[in-house]
Amino acid sequence: MLEIKDLSVSYGAVRALRSVSFEAQPGSITAVLGANGAGKTTLLRTISGLVRPRTGSVHFNGEELLGRRVETIARQGVAHVPEGRGIIEELTVEENLRLATLWCLKRRERQTAIEEILELFPRLMGFRHRHASTLSGGERQMLVLGRALISRPRLLLLDEPSLGLAPLVTAQLMGLLRDHATGTDVTVVLVEQNARSALSVSQHAVVLNLGEVVVSSSAAEVAADEGLRHHYLGF
Amino acid sequence: MSLFFNYTLNGISNGMIYSALALALVLIFRATKIINFAQGAAGMMTTFIASSLLAHGVSYWWAFVLVLAIGFAFGAMTERILIRPLQGKSELNPVIVTIGLLVVLEGVAGAIYGNASRGFPAAYSQSGLTFGHSRIAFSHFDVFILVAVLVLMIAILILFRATTLGLRMRASAFAGEISRLLGVRVGILLTLGWGLAGIAGSLTGLLVAPTSSFGPYYMDLVLVYAFTGAVIGGLESPVGALIGGLVTGLCISYVGGYLGSGLEPMGALVLLMVALMARPEGLFSRPAARRV
Repeated sequence: MLEIKDLSVSYGAVRALRSVSFEAQPGSITAVLGANGAGKTTLLRTISGLVRPRTGSVHFNGEELLGRRVETIARQGVAHVPEGRGIIEELTVEENLRLATLWCLKRRERQTAIEEILELFPRLMGFRHRHASTLSGGERQMLVLGRALISRPRLLLLDEPSLGLAPLVTAQLMGLLRDHATGTDVTVVLVEQNARSALSVSQHAVVLNLGEVVVSSSAAEVAADEGLRHHYLGF
Repeated sequence: MSLFFNYTLNGISNGMIYSALALALVLIFRATKIINFAQGAAGMMTTFIASSLLAHGVSYWWAFVLVLAIGFAFGAMTERILIRPLQGKSELNPVIVTIGLLVVLEGVAGAIYGNASRGFPAAYSQSGLTFGHSRIAFSHFDVFILVAVLVLMIAILILFRATTLGLRMRASAFAGEISRLLGVRVGILLTLGWGLAGIAGSLTGLLVAPTSSFGPYYMDLVLVYAFTGAVIGGLESPVGALIGGLVTGLCISYVGGYLGSGLEPMGALVLLMVALMARPEGLFSRPAARRV
């Protein structure tokens, strides 16, 4: 379980997060929603160690993550898929996948894991030896999601996975995400501007506004609250 | 025709040397986006250390190996002590630091060893090889240069292309933050990259010293030629460094041979300008993105 308590982050004089607290349960998806500048990306970057907070704590399965190095947090089973398709363009598709296996899988297990991911995303199969820079937006998103899943994470942080994708591709990715999280011990935190799509696959939702938690409730309750949707989520 | 042949052989020999130093520049540039202007001076300093070791009775090959190890350590220490603290600050800062280091190293070498040129032994004979009755402008030492640089290049390519350490090094160089998110310890790999560049720089120093006026400034012009080669090769490709260095070596050899040695630096400058105008991204630039 992910427990965030009283988390505050500042960039100079600008306060990006203000006493943010919520919990995310394993086997479920928690959507973090809000307008541009609400602090969603900062929240994920703080959990994965890229940003140091002023105050607060981030516990995952009882262990404090704050103060640890980014790579140490990653090796504890935290997979962060950053905004903007965080692929490494200069590496091939297969090298991108292999890189994520180096610390968590034994040498003989790596190739099997890569084949499993390529079967999960058959569209990438034909591109496995091509540079990731040659992939389209949807293919890139499949690659970063595959790269996150191949490390068999216990906490999956996804930042705007649907950004710039066609609705059909978004629906496929969200469906895959739901299938992967449900019935497992994986905790998923999904940051999305596409609130409608995110709420359709999430069990829990946290709405941020100007760095503060406006509401933390079940996804169904948030989706049913017309005033909240209209005011903060734009639909 | 025989002149052209000899100029070509001379160009290949010198070009391989420029390739080795170009490789050092490329290793650092692609990892940290810094041109290490002190790379040549570091090679000069380690060659002076080799000279001292030889003077104290250490055998040539022991000195050779020791100096490559010292070059590795010096490169790694430069990254950890001088470059790492500048991360996240202006991109100009590390460039200024490397220029400062160049000046300091040349000053220290001058203070310790003096500014006068001195001799440095070659591993093999520098007399031209003979075929039948004709002697060519290519010696046993030139063969050694060719083999030494090719071994270094192949070792680096195998490291990058066929090992997981190389995969992590490439990933760290191209996308540090993403690599860290994938559990890669980027910091130690960047240090390793600077260390490898230090080996290439030290090797260059050892290969140039017997053929030039060995003194505190003997690597300055070599750095200019190596930089030209690195830019022609695309600044991020080890293979590009090899080809770029060879092209530079050949051009300079032809300019020096046919037009006069005084015009060699200008030849390099013209080559650099032509290369930048014809293909600004270099011969071995990254693949273009597919637009969909």
